[in-house]
Amino acid sequence: MTSGPENIEQTPSPLVAALQREHLEWFGEVIVALGETTFIVPREHIVAACTFLKAFPEARFDFLADICGADRGVEEEPRFEVNYHLFSTTKYHRIRLKVLLNEEDTHVGSVTGVWRTANWHERETFDLFGVIFDGHPDLRRILLPDDWQGHALRKDFPLRGYEPYSLK
Amino acid sequence: MSSATIPPQFEIVDRPLDTQMTISMGPQHPSTHGVLRLELVLDGEMVVKATPDIGYLHTGMEKLFEYKKYQQGIVITDRMDYLNPLGNNLAYVMAGEKLLGLEIPERAQTIRVLMCELQRIGSHLVWLGTHALDIGAMTVFFYCFREREKILNLIEAASGGRLTPSYFRIGGLMMDLPAGFENRCRQFLEAFPRALDEFHKLLSGNKIFQRRTQGIGYISAEDAIDWGLAGPCLRGSGVALDIRRANPYCGYEKYDFEIPTEADCDVWARYMVRMREMKESHKIAVQAVSRLKPGPTKADAPKVVLPDREAMKTHMDALIHHFLIVAEGFDVPAGEVYFPIEASKGELGVYMKSDGGPKPSRVHFRGPSFVNLSALPVMSEGEMVADIVAIIGSLDIVLGEIDR
Amino acid sequence: MGLENIIAEALPEVLTTRLDSLINWARKSSLWPATFGLACCAIEMMNATSARNDLARFGSEVFRASPRQADVMIVSGRVSRKMAPVLRRIYDQMPEPKWVISMGACATSGGVFDNYAIVQGVDKIVPVDVYIPGCPPRPEMLIHAVMMLQDKVMKESVRDRKDIPEDEAREAVVPGTLPVTDGSTAQQNTLPESRPYTIASRHERRRSN
Repeated sequence: MTSGPENIEQTPSPLVAALQREHLEWFGEVIVALGETTFIVPREHIVAACTFLKAFPEARFDFLADICGADRGVEEEPRFEVNYHLFSTTKYHRIRLKVLLNEEDTHVGSVTGVWRTANWHERETFDLFGVIFDGHPDLRRILLPDDWQGHALRKDFPLRGYEPYSLK
Repeated sequence: MSSATIPPQFEIVDRPLDTQMTISMGPQHPSTHGVLRLELVLDGEMVVKATPDIGYLHTGMEKLFEYKKYQQGIVITDRMDYLNPLGNNLAYVMAGEKLLGLEIPERAQTIRVLMCELQRIGSHLVWLGTHALDIGAMTVFFYCFREREKILNLIEAASGGRLTPSYFRIGGLMMDLPAGFENRCRQFLEAFPRALDEFHKLLSGNKIFQRRTQGIGYISAEDAIDWGLAGPCLRGSGVALDIRRANPYCGYEKYDFEIPTEADCDVWARYMVRMREMKESHKIAVQAVSRLKPGPTKADAPKVVLPDREAMKTHMDALIHHFLIVAEGFDVPAGEVYFPIEASKGELGVYMKSDGGPKPSRVHFRGPSFVNLSALPVMSEGEMVADIVAIIGSLDIVLGEIDR
Repeated sequence: MGLENIIAEALPEVLTTRLDSLINWARKSSLWPATFGLACCAIEMMNATSARNDLARFGSEVFRASPRQADVMIVSGRVSRKMAPVLRRIYDQMPEPKWVISMGACATSGGVFDNYAIVQGVDKIVPVDVYIPGCPPRPEMLIHAVMMLQDKVMKESVRDRKDIPEDEAREAVVPGTLPVTDGSTAQQNTLPESRPYTIASRHERRRSN
């Protein structure tokens, strides 16, 4: 075995070029690192971009592998990012879309209309980061109890929570 | 005599129950495989709506990763999908290796494949035992655990742990296989097909089992992809997708194996896929054992990989590296990766983000059980309450991975 | 044939013994655990009942799904804050005499998961009789714990193990299912009224005094 995993290209470069030819305003900002391609999509275009990627014949991203939020740090601006990992079940290529969000306005469009599997992923991101997905059919906490205060995976949430556990 | 009051006739009205009943199933229920809770809206015995309620095992692992060094995080991954801990280890360490750009020696890759396939068989055996137990066949459980015990012994021999091995490290393995491991492994692999036949004899021809599973929990191929199902659940809907083929890792492209699919899209199809998958895993494991050649099991990266015990005692630089790795960890260059592997339950993806420094900035696991469970409402609509148990069993969920 | 014939020949017809010894002997010989699988340890708990380890040899293999028919609660795995009230309710539903085995590092002390989500030790919620270390403990360790519990049962008195009176039990949360959450609680933005989940059982109170 000589080729490390970093040498496998997950997104073919002709596809990236084709996507930029079609919609430069959505896919203009691109990062290629470690064999993975990331598009930083403007927040207002994410639903349209996802719909397009699912239908575009050269892309065919019909499988949403994952949505996960990330907190870049309390000081950072924009503070939050939401990563969409797409996969094609016919062409076997992958791509990552990234949406950056400011702390004051954590709204982003919901992609549950594109892939129904986005439902729970978005609920989880809402629960742990407080990112609000507009248009989600049932946006409520999924992992933590309904009366939980705060969003646990934000960097300013202490590891041990705010209060020690008591039954009362 | 006045006209006697005629007692009103009993009127037999054939109308459906106009009241629907909401019942809560779980979180402490023997058939929910842990602490899953379902809110079932029932019309008589028919399920109108099933809403899973999860989070009863939320462990805060993703938060904990951010406070642990990279090598400390491996231990946490074991407790995630505790039926397939080596798969979790593998996804985590390979994401780290991708960030670091490490090359893993041939022998370590082969051992990883071997151990992961053994673990996959073990995981499927627990699924088979509990699935059959839920449906009512108790004997299978004992047979499955008997076989699984042999696999656990092998894993224990290699790593020292039965259930939580933490055998893979960023840059290779914890240590090489012990002496005599190959022979023990061959013995097990020789005997396993006979055990597999035994399971088929116990269950596959069983008319009760067939009636309980065939045609239950239907989900079409389009729906399955739309809901993000992966692994045996997706292949049970006739989609031949396997990450080991689609995005090969660990040299899986060099192994000869099939991707079993079934077109029935029901509980029975998912059962058959897993039964056939055990056979394929056995095939891969046999190939892996025959490919074991002597060689290093750790990458040549002294700042990341712990040195051998002997080198540490005799060489000053090895001692310094050892001290630094243990006390301060190793710095990982900034970047982000998403690394998918085919775990026993489907696509297990690790999103790892590093800002530089010895601790990750964000680690996220795409748990296959989490996604598979989200499709439960679609599969269970219109089925009987008792079938819910069969459907949950066929999804093969592990709550540790769902709630993380 | 059989054991009873041998006993009948060897022993006189009337035996005298202490009531405690007789009842404790009966209790310890069939400790039925409640099925309470939480996490990784639950797999080892299942393993303890399977062919190799066979917990049935110690009279303790009959896992009851209903807490009403169980004697021992084996807390096998980490207890999250969302699970804690459920666990306590199941403990309350078990009739006296009841015992608790805390299986594994997570149930005993929180284990490696020292964070916001996990209760740092199940003994903050229910009184624990036997702790098992290990992450996860081997099935043999669970068997050992059951045997230790049997020793403990033999030292107890019948008088200490009584259910709490009915009027006291009513002060606790009404039994029944958990509240149905169809998102209404999140929308109403009102926190559920904070009430004690339960009141302490008798031997628990005695212990704290």
